[in-house]
Amino acid sequence: MANKVLIPTPLRVYAGKKDVVEAEGNTVGELLQNLTSQYSELRNHLYNDDGKLRSFVNVYINDDDIRYLEKESTPVKDGDTISIVPSVAGGNKEW
Amino acid sequence: MVDNTAEIGLSNEEVARYSRHLIMPEVGLDGQLKLKAASVLCVGAGGLGSPVALYLAAAGVGRIGIVDFDVVDYSNLQRQVIHGTPDVGRPKLDSARDRINAINPEVTVIPHNVALSSGNALELFRDYDIIVDGTDNFPTRYLVNDACVISGKPNVYGSIFRFEGQASVFAAKNGPCYRCLYPEPPPPGLVPSCAEGGVLGILPGVVGTIQATEAVKLIIGVGEPLINRFLIYDALRMRFRELKLRKDVDCPVCGEHPTVQELIDYEQFCGVTNVVEDEGSDQQDATVEDLKKLIDAKENIFVLDVREPQEYQICNIPGSTLIPLGDLPKRLSELEGQGEMIVHCKSGVRSGKAVKLLHEAGFKRAKNLRGGILAWIKQIDPSLPSY
Repeated sequence: MANKVLIPTPLRVYAGKKDVVEAEGNTVGELLQNLTSQYSELRNHLYNDDGKLRSFVNVYINDDDIRYLEKESTPVKDGDTISIVPSVAGGNKEW
Repeated sequence: MVDNTAEIGLSNEEVARYSRHLIMPEVGLDGQLKLKAASVLCVGAGGLGSPVALYLAAAGVGRIGIVDFDVVDYSNLQRQVIHGTPDVGRPKLDSARDRINAINPEVTVIPHNVALSSGNALELFRDYDIIVDGTDNFPTRYLVNDACVISGKPNVYGSIFRFEGQASVFAAKNGPCYRCLYPEPPPPGLVPSCAEGGVLGILPGVVGTIQATEAVKLIIGVGEPLINRFLIYDALRMRFRELKLRKDVDCPVCGEHPTVQELIDYEQFCGVTNVVEDEGSDQQDATVEDLKKLIDAKENIFVLDVREPQEYQICNIPGSTLIPLGDLPKRLSELEGQGEMIVHCKSGVRSGKAVKLLHEAGFKRAKNLRGGILAWIKQIDPSLPSY
């Protein structure tokens, strides 16, 4: 059963320009792996070279930050919505 | 907040001005006096700072400080509603002050014509109860956050990008700070460039009025502040979402064992200085004069524009070929057989990335047009519109 993943504006360009996509997984980690094999360009924006989630990208399951649950091992149930929430400074400057 | 409302009162004019506040039990005379005694510092008089300052002034906040060193530009007017067309070219502080005085002469405006820095932030923040973050770049956001934590002032946060906004109240007593949420900034290379940039002009209006609301609530002490909560607003879907925030006990600034106890070099922390150095050496660069000469001499020169189609529509260099930076890796075959190539974007950052990519792919004769199409418009063809 696929879960909804909400893609934030800055990352939509790497997810087929969609704001909501679907991905499957029993845990958040598994789901994100499946998501990034679907959209390979997202991988570099979610994970660092060591394969760890980047510190400026937070992942929420419903309204909870997975860092305060079981991190990437957090189980995903039917109907859970995953949100990717990167830090956004403002869109006015090219730097 | 210091309660010195006992010494101040309201004139008959002020009673009339604030009557719609005064008749509400949540505000009343006590609340209005708290607003009058309060001071708020707006960091930035731009998209977010405009509605924040306008509404706080109208609401009767006694002292409003504004930090900005910029000048009003035509491109600001689509969203920075505190400034008007006659203000183009004036310092933002001047036009903001005039507008606030026009709305409410009871308010004292304190202009700070400086760039907020690690050297001045703590001193600037000292005289204010609340700090409103209306900045648009990572170094200043981390600086505002850390200075708020260190000086014990709430940071009313707002951020905007295209059609999406975020808001929260950080560094409040026992609440999380921005670093609890994001311990580190993204490396500059991963920040969306202006290719994906832009912002709906009304968006900062929505987010800024949320920030102003939170500032007023904190001053009066009513309702449930946006502490421990992160609000996300999607204007396209017209939807608000709320995420839970927690104070991180290991936070480097506000945690139990903070490692950052004084302000640091935020440009360095955000890796900004390195980027500029990486942008390419002179031999990878071409000037707009070089390009003009090549075109005039009818040299066989390929001009590659790596901006987005909507930018190309606004203005373009005659004879140029458009391949947006994001599409470049999969469209390299279209460039086979090209000799000398001059690559440009709006100001040179995206084309710098494109040239790096092209060199790696074997197109060794690609050069970056220094200053982008903006330099071309300024120095070669001022008839084209700038954006």
